[in-house]
Amino acid sequence: MKLTLRVWRQRNADADGTMSTYEVDGISPDMSFLEMLDTLNEELIVKGEDPVAFDHDCREGICGACSLVINGDAHGPERTTTCQLHMRSFKDGDTIDVEPWRASAFPVIKDLVVDRSAFDRIIQAGGYITAPTGAAPEAHATPVPKPDADLAFEHAECIGCGACVAACPNGAAMLFTSAKINHLNVLPQGAPERETRVLDMVEQMDEEGFGGCTLAGECATACPKGIPLMSITSMNKEWLRAARKVKR
Amino acid sequence: MTSYADYVTGEPVVDAKAPSGPVHERWDKRRFEAKLVNPANRRKHTVIVVGTGLAGGSAGATLAEQGYHVVQFCYQDSPRRAHSIAAQGGINAAKNYRNDGDSVHRLFYDTVKGGDFRARESNVHRLAQISVEIIDQCVAQGVPFAREYGGLLDTRSFGGVQVSRTFYARGQTGQQLLLGAYQALSRQIAAGNVEMHPRTEMLDLIVVDGRARGIVARDLVTGRIDTYFADAVVLASGGYGNVFYLSTNAMNSNATAVWRAHRRGAYFANPCFTQIHPTCIPRTGDHQSKLTLMSESLRNDGRIWVPRAKGDRRPPNEIPEDERDYYLERIYPSFGNLVPRDIASRAAKNVCDEGRGVGPGGQGVYLDFADAIARMGRKAVEARYGNLFDMYQRITDEDPYEVPMRIYPAVHYTMGGLWVDYDLQTTVPGLFAIGEANFSDHGANRLGASALMQGLADGYFVLPSTINDYLARNPHHEAVTDEHPVVQEVLADTQDRLNLLLSVDGDRTPDSFHREVGELMWELCGMARTDSGLRKALERIPQIREEFWRRIKVPGTGEEFNQSLEKANRIVDYLELAELMCLDALHREESCGGHFREESQTPDGEAARKDEEFSYAAAWEFTGTGAAPVLHKEDLVFEYVHPTQRSYA
Amino acid sequence: MSWTDQLCVRSVLCMALATRTDRRPSFARTVWDSTVGKKTVMAVSGLIMLLYLVVHMIGNLKIFFGAGEFDHYAHWLRTVGEPFMHYEWTLWLVRVVLVAAVVAHAVSAYQLSRRDIRARPGKYAHRKARASYATRTMRWGGIILGLFIVWHILDLTTGTVHPGFRHGHPYRNVVDTFSTWYGNVVYIVAMLALGLHVRHGFWSAAQTLGVGSRTRDRALKTLANVLALLLTVGFIAVPVAVMTGVVS
Repeated sequence: MKLTLRVWRQRNADADGTMSTYEVDGISPDMSFLEMLDTLNEELIVKGEDPVAFDHDCREGICGACSLVINGDAHGPERTTTCQLHMRSFKDGDTIDVEPWRASAFPVIKDLVVDRSAFDRIIQAGGYITAPTGAAPEAHATPVPKPDADLAFEHAECIGCGACVAACPNGAAMLFTSAKINHLNVLPQGAPERETRVLDMVEQMDEEGFGGCTLAGECATACPKGIPLMSITSMNKEWLRAARKVKR
Repeated sequence: MTSYADYVTGEPVVDAKAPSGPVHERWDKRRFEAKLVNPANRRKHTVIVVGTGLAGGSAGATLAEQGYHVVQFCYQDSPRRAHSIAAQGGINAAKNYRNDGDSVHRLFYDTVKGGDFRARESNVHRLAQISVEIIDQCVAQGVPFAREYGGLLDTRSFGGVQVSRTFYARGQTGQQLLLGAYQALSRQIAAGNVEMHPRTEMLDLIVVDGRARGIVARDLVTGRIDTYFADAVVLASGGYGNVFYLSTNAMNSNATAVWRAHRRGAYFANPCFTQIHPTCIPRTGDHQSKLTLMSESLRNDGRIWVPRAKGDRRPPNEIPEDERDYYLERIYPSFGNLVPRDIASRAAKNVCDEGRGVGPGGQGVYLDFADAIARMGRKAVEARYGNLFDMYQRITDEDPYEVPMRIYPAVHYTMGGLWVDYDLQTTVPGLFAIGEANFSDHGANRLGASALMQGLADGYFVLPSTINDYLARNPHHEAVTDEHPVVQEVLADTQDRLNLLLSVDGDRTPDSFHREVGELMWELCGMARTDSGLRKALERIPQIREEFWRRIKVPGTGEEFNQSLEKANRIVDYLELAELMCLDALHREESCGGHFREESQTPDGEAARKDEEFSYAAAWEFTGTGAAPVLHKEDLVFEYVHPTQRSYA
Repeated sequence: MSWTDQLCVRSVLCMALATRTDRRPSFARTVWDSTVGKKTVMAVSGLIMLLYLVVHMIGNLKIFFGAGEFDHYAHWLRTVGEPFMHYEWTLWLVRVVLVAAVVAHAVSAYQLSRRDIRARPGKYAHRKARASYATRTMRWGGIILGLFIVWHILDLTTGTVHPGFRHGHPYRNVVDTFSTWYGNVVYIVAMLALGLHVRHGFWSAAQTLGVGSRTRDRALKTLANVLALLLTVGFIAVPVAVMTGVVS
């Protein structure tokens, strides 16, 4: 396959960026999208040009590092991560636009690499269960109904890639935040910190400069792990409950 | 000049910390004998932790909970992305919830035997004991393990074990356990007890007066090289499977932390013990950048076969039953498709070498679910393996419900690593290695679902107990600063290395060298090794290294985000580590676990161990790049599990 | 161990276990300061207006029963609640609540929108619209409706922009307005905007208040569509009737 790529190039956080055009040839439909970019980079290095910087690591769709907006879609046309997107999803001769996640809470570091540390700070605000090592009771001491365990798992699947933010017209992090809140709040182990967790995480989410939710649903459409939009509804419910309940 | 292969054997290395007495009392005994640090003094101690996977994440969180000041590093943009996240299958624990005859002793026994009698009994027993606590800990953290309808935890049998002791969270156990550790770590970061440095890569170790006192690390965003000082350094930087270029490791997993520590005096043990996982998706072409593993649990219900005839190019569904060779079931009737990983991998290689492999290049075997679908129905298969089937279909564009999957072995895990004593301390005082970065618990072969167990055991429970002893015995260190001559030297070394990489300005990319050395290693130091092949590799590696320093091209500068520079710098270390792996493989003239020497096999082609000569861990001491290292042997004593030839027939 | 050491021990342990325990602001403050909270303000105020619109629309349909009944109904609106309420008290109460709802809705919307736009400053080079039309037009729809309300009050309540407006003769005034082309255009456009706004807004409010769920989602969407359709048709029926001469 022969393709034309229009790639966002930006030297560093302070520099202005532009879309640059590259031609790549000899692309196999079995290549992953990132392997196609590897091919481009190998050529650029030999030519003495700066290769395109992009985040990637496990290339199995689980670490959440890869983060490209391809033809306007976070992670491209298939519902998966960029690393699991294959070139068979494109046609010979296609022009493909490749851009970084765009959100002011995710500033660009270089080219297609953005800073997603805001997500870490949201988790730090309360996305955990306080259970110091060694203090745990016997695992079977608290049975968890299977539907609750399954629901918790469904939300716990979030890989923190940020596609939800990238796809959201408001740059909101509601889906990410709600996934963690629902994961932990559904479980009996998470109940003691249920209220503070949701209030603190939402507060941190706001502090990071993410936008608000208009329920456009783009996040859930883009989510490679299929976290449902209803996750946000559940979080709203938890938040209202907590806001009323927490003693002042 | 003497050649690299002319190593000398030095003094034996002794695990001085291992307590004596009955094996099940040793961990208690060690914990009691270890000195404690007064809680009020803990925050005066700084501990550096490199890596945030299961081992590093859990260690950082636990040490911080205890009151230590932890400074932690990861090269990823977030501690949540460490490659532990990709582990699929599960985590073993001797809970015996199934009442199926499991016990701590059985897990201990299985692990020693599975490791082909090349692991320490004391360590393995401790691991089995702690396994039970890990599950409790993770459940308390909110890890959503699979559950039964009664609300209790579900378990499954895994990887050739006859009891059901593997806890799992669908096909994403590693992810869920890692997120548990990451969340515990996040809590400590918020509390100010952990100073986290993401996108920062350790490039060297600072050893002052014979003690590990800090590291040199590069901020991958700004390129700034900084020193960080501490009272102890913990390496939790994972394995070195990426030496092979293609592996199931993450693209950026690397050996720099452990290799630089090795160069600064830490012995490297059993580097040739690498695990080749039998169920990976075969490569499709030269563009392949990494391999994807399919959980071993697939072998519970899938049947592995190849055509009986060589070069049979018919589509699988057109090959009649009597022209198929279910070779694992044929050769190992009692274990069948569930033989340990090394055996399954080698068998696949053998049938492919015979010319009976399937798929592109004949590098694959079928993993067929037709019988399972007929027996349990498509729904049941979907419930059990749906996500794996989806993943396979996404990558290969083939529907495994209709066409058998194609699988082929791939490098997956490295049992070797920095030599550590019972306290997980390396031969450099104050330098500890945990998780896959050390060599300790898996011997020559790791059992399925044991990596997660070991990483968390080391990080949550073992290291936080044993590091106290070191810190208590060495309470007052003189502060080290950048002005110290040793620090100046280490900094200069690092800077020079990076500058050199940037200044060569040759004509070959970092990847091209990585690929070259990787292919060489896969061919000559992979699933089957020979004396002549290893000698050839030992001849080639220095040549590649020489060419590397002549022709490498790294664009850009060191003072910016520069992924080519990161990569090239990692390859520098692979090019040295590969040599040691080959030497270790050459010197170990026996077959055991993941290390198969063609010269040492039984008449029917099974691995033949040589206990009289090789019942030891080989700990190598660095003497210079390309210079013959010194071998220190640690004799292994088996008091409880007596070495027998493994038999899975 | 000396007492200072013990103090240290305690502080170390406290530090290790520290989570956010700082005092929380009042419920109202919590709600207003949070994006999630502010959305609930929008949801509640939106639902108040929606309820009013349903009543308003039903009242409007009285026009089909002739001038007498319509004008009588308009007069009754001023006397509701008598003798407990004084003349027009109820009407003013409703007006106050409505103004409060409109202001709360508009201010929240303005603040949230500013935040959203800040959170997502750069557009993707590859443009792609995916959210439904109703979702994408919430902001413009809201502005149109806001302007319409002003015109509507000046036209049919105060008569300020209505030449020949006569107090106490609503039937005549209505027919008068819809006898002009611009009156019809403004009104019909606004009502179409209202339909779209309600369609996304009602469902969205349910999610914001946390009453949505997977099982209820279809019902909520249907209800939103039915409400939107009924309101639009009900309101537009009046100008259409005037234009076609059914009402004159």
